[in-house]
Amino acid sequence: MSEKKQMLLSEVSDGCEVKLIKVDAGSGLKGRLAVMGLLPGVEFTIVKNGFPGPFVVKAKGTRMVLGRGMAQKITVETKKS
Amino acid sequence: MAKKITVALAGNPNSGKTTIFNAITGAKQHVGNYPGVTVEKKTGSCKYKQVEISLIDLPGTYSLTAYSDEEIISRNFIIDEHPDVVVAVVDSSNLERNLYLAVQLIEMNVPLVLAFNMSDLAKRKGLEFDLAKLSNLVGISIVETVGNKSVGINDLLDAILEISKTRQKTSPERINYGKEIEDEIAKIAPLLESEDRLCKKYGRRWLASKLLEQDKEILDKGHQPQILEQVAKSVSHLKSIFRDEPEIVMADRRYGFISGACQEVVRNTIELRHSRSDMIDTVLTHKFFGLPIFIAMMYVVFDLTFRFGELPMEMLEVLFGWLGRTVASFWPVGSESLIKSLLVDGIISGVGGVVIFLPNIMLLFAAIAILEGTGYMARAAFVMDRIMHKIGLHGKSFIPMLIGFGCSIPAIMACRILENKRNRITTILVTPLFSCGARVPIYALLIPAFFAQQWRGPIMWSMYFIGIVLAVVAARLLRSTLLRGETIPYVMELPPYRMPTLKAVLIHMWERGWLYLKKAGTIILMLSIILWAAAKFPAVSDEEIVGLTETQVQNVKLQHSIIGRAGTAIAPILKPLGFDYKIATALIGATAAKEVFVAQMSIVYAVGEQEDLSVLQDKLSSDYSPLQGFCIMLFCLVSAPCIATIAITRSETGTWKWAILQWSGLTGLAYIVTLIVYQIGSLFIG
Repeated sequence: MSEKKQMLLSEVSDGCEVKLIKVDAGSGLKGRLAVMGLLPGVEFTIVKNGFPGPFVVKAKGTRMVLGRGMAQKITVETKKS
Repeated sequence: MAKKITVALAGNPNSGKTTIFNAITGAKQHVGNYPGVTVEKKTGSCKYKQVEISLIDLPGTYSLTAYSDEEIISRNFIIDEHPDVVVAVVDSSNLERNLYLAVQLIEMNVPLVLAFNMSDLAKRKGLEFDLAKLSNLVGISIVETVGNKSVGINDLLDAILEISKTRQKTSPERINYGKEIEDEIAKIAPLLESEDRLCKKYGRRWLASKLLEQDKEILDKGHQPQILEQVAKSVSHLKSIFRDEPEIVMADRRYGFISGACQEVVRNTIELRHSRSDMIDTVLTHKFFGLPIFIAMMYVVFDLTFRFGELPMEMLEVLFGWLGRTVASFWPVGSESLIKSLLVDGIISGVGGVVIFLPNIMLLFAAIAILEGTGYMARAAFVMDRIMHKIGLHGKSFIPMLIGFGCSIPAIMACRILENKRNRITTILVTPLFSCGARVPIYALLIPAFFAQQWRGPIMWSMYFIGIVLAVVAARLLRSTLLRGETIPYVMELPPYRMPTLKAVLIHMWERGWLYLKKAGTIILMLSIILWAAAKFPAVSDEEIVGLTETQVQNVKLQHSIIGRAGTAIAPILKPLGFDYKIATALIGATAAKEVFVAQMSIVYAVGEQEDLSVLQDKLSSDYSPLQGFCIMLFCLVSAPCIATIAITRSETGTWKWAILQWSGLTGLAYIVTLIVYQIGSLFIG
């Protein structure tokens, strides 16, 4: 049985695969993420939750660093078994 | 007459765009800046099949929106300059993300060729492509290339020539945004007919879609009220349907188009769970090992820049010394020709002062080219981010700051690695606070003169430490006042690790060296000649120096010159810091270069060059207290960066404004800090 759970990206731990639900930010920031392929509905992997530093995520075959501040604005859906 | 065409190269950072550029143009390159911004403009040329091709390497961007200077520049170049052909360079091993920019180019209705770069890497990753099908889907011709091995370059040039002949443009209609958005575009587009000039330039569909995307630059084109009204209506309508900005939905549709195309043409033959890059990353960005590895790397960079730079620098010094003596020997011994002095002390030593930095700059940029080319730079930024973020700077700011301990000139040039303008300018402004190598002779003169053996080490360290603390404070201050703004909650790509080619490293190194000579070199030379004149004029009459020794003559001349007079003039201002006119005069002379302070002090005290440093040290320690000695060092550390720093700040920021602000800000800071230290210190030590 898998149960879906929504949470902030900043709370997700290493290695999790998640789906992006929404980004709570100004259109500039949202737009930049969108350009890099981080759009609502896109599935991506958390390579490293570098607490307390930045994040490394992998989406569409690219690894990207996300600032921690940004990760607190992104809501994702995790698949928990 | 040969035919001439202009070709623009567009592509993502790390797509290998520059390797393609290098492969086509070879050494025939030219680096400059786009007017008004500090974004580099790289151009080059080549001749192929009787056609003169002029190539422009547009800045690497992920999209053509209006988020950054780079994106606006790329977009406007394509729109304003009408290149005969645009080449979209895509990293085929990372196709989806790279195609995003290509799709935006397709939307712009331009003559386009797709360079399917790094196709060898993609094959190794087990990717197979049906390029004929992809070419059909996007409606443009595709050429497979491997830029760093110069594979497919002739095919690419053939395709470029072909398109330049047929002038076949992309058809923007291929990208369909879905019914709801298309409906709104259809409402806006007819209204745009009244804006004939804009439509001709941008194309109606593109203009309408950019308005829907709320593109800041396009919105500010002075549209008629009824158009803006319709746009606002459409935007709010779309927002209510999609519960998101149209901009985001349209980005989603572009990616939708791309993944649709990829599903049809890409076949993955191997399932790679962990790539080599992932494995390297687990070590290099490791929670505990990441930082020590970074520090070790930085040690190597610093060592390479300054230790390997030493020998060529000494050789240049010897060369210019010899040149000066040779030129001087054309005049009879003891002659006081003004032309001789201008040539030897003004121009030759000025040019010498310019090229002396060249070895450091070229070595540093070779190191930076390797760090960037391998992909480590992005990791370094990641590792340092936690620390640098606290100061309000990017992780990469650490590199110029570290280099600042060697010399501010290459350090300030290294700020080019910082994309964000506010970050870059803040880092440039505070870099002189990192105690550079030229301050060492000052410490070496003053510390032994005033302090007992056991205190010498700690005093020396305190200088470096004070510099770092002031830099951190100044950076925070600047980031919260003049250079305030988003601390960029950033998104940054971690590119796959790659082996940089020797050619790329050499080209980068050469480019920077040349840029420095051309841009900063001329300003440094100009300022050195001004300083030469200030030290030379007004000249003393012959009667005044009759019967004096050579060192005494130098002393009289200095006192008589503009520098000497200025020193005497500002002495009262510097009195609260514990400085007299002698120190003031030496400080003014030291604006040429920090280490000149020592030579100026010898002249002020009429101590000959032949004599031991200890003679001067004895005189200093009998004239001043250790507190005064400390204050002199402190003031030299913080105040007035040397003319080469002023020049490089001017050329790297593009305006005198920042150079003047840096100079006056640091001098003001030095004044305040030294004043506090001297006044409080006097209370205790007396």
